[in-house]
Amino acid sequence: MAMLHIVNKSPFERNAFKSCLDHAVAGDSILMIEDAAVGAVDGTVFSSDLKAAMADKSVYVLGGDLAARGMSEDRIIDGIKVVDYAGFVDLTAENDKTQSWV
Amino acid sequence: MATKKFMYVNRKAPYGTVYALESLEVVLIAAAFEQDVSLAFIDDGVYQIAKGQNTDGIGMKNFSATYNALGDYEINKLYVEKESLEERGLTEDDLMPIVWEDEDDDWAEKPSIRIVSRAEMADILADQDVHYSF
Amino acid sequence: MKYTVMVNEGPYQHQSSDSALQFVRAALEKGHEIFRVFFYHDGVNNGTRLAVPPKDDRLLQQEWSDLAKEHDLDLVICIAAAQRRGLMDPDEAKRQGLDADNIIEGFRISGLGQLIEGSIQSDRTIVFGD
Repeated sequence: MAMLHIVNKSPFERNAFKSCLDHAVAGDSILMIEDAAVGAVDGTVFSSDLKAAMADKSVYVLGGDLAARGMSEDRIIDGIKVVDYAGFVDLTAENDKTQSWV
Repeated sequence: MATKKFMYVNRKAPYGTVYALESLEVVLIAAAFEQDVSLAFIDDGVYQIAKGQNTDGIGMKNFSATYNALGDYEINKLYVEKESLEERGLTEDDLMPIVWEDEDDDWAEKPSIRIVSRAEMADILADQDVHYSF
Repeated sequence: MKYTVMVNEGPYQHQSSDSALQFVRAALEKGHEIFRVFFYHDGVNNGTRLAVPPKDDRLLQQEWSDLAKEHDLDLVICIAAAQRRGLMDPDEAKRQGLDADNIIEGFRISGLGQLIEGSIQSDRTIVFGD
């Protein structure tokens, strides 16, 4: 009964992303969209938190949102998968339910 | 119709934005659908059920009493995260004493608020079918 | 798979309407069914026909309207949220004694029960908000 967590807030501005990481359970997936896409970048004050979560969760970022914010894919944390909207839809279908951390 | 587990995730303080009020409006409508309804109060959402709310000074309607009416709609699972309270210097005593009447127990008043740990909250969220977040 | 999508923010202020629109398009392209799109909070503003953005910007309300026509989508605006924000269809405007309505073709105004029913009927509920 895995869940897809959708995050749309930058981890540098709000606590929604942190709260998501605190409540996601092993086997869940996390998708970063909109402003949350910047959370995928490696070498930030947030990246160690996200890497820790990746030990037992799958993490994805919406490529369009990453590119729109000027962040190239070679800057993101190893292991984060870049998806497009079709991939977003697939994630919602593959997981049993979704929760948006607005 | 099938019964699903509906979770209303409340993470925002009341009044600063309309989310808390309009979330409550959905909860009240949802009661008519005879689904399994729960509410989660996480992060600033705990302020939604703080006692002693007084909106006299801001020109807005105080809707906090509506949470007390939820029991009448058989909505009595209000999960409040312990860590969210603690991080804000609050305890259960700072929350409204929201209760429901158990018709199977001679209409005894029982607390609707259930204080749970963050880990328990994660499991409760994982156990739902539909998550509305506002 | 059958989806109900909830849009909780108005156009332009937040990206959520854009994100929801892209998601719905992608889901339709993959052959999924969009059972309903429910607009709540400021999301009701996605249903006005009186928006006139600059020529080089997208017109989100029209894009939703066109998509609804093309795929026979059920786009529902919450009546309680719409009344607060001045979003009216002809019937509601008449009932309230107002001199104008402003809903765009393809949307309809109805109650919150439509959201709950959508989530009951659908395999997935996806929320786009702020």
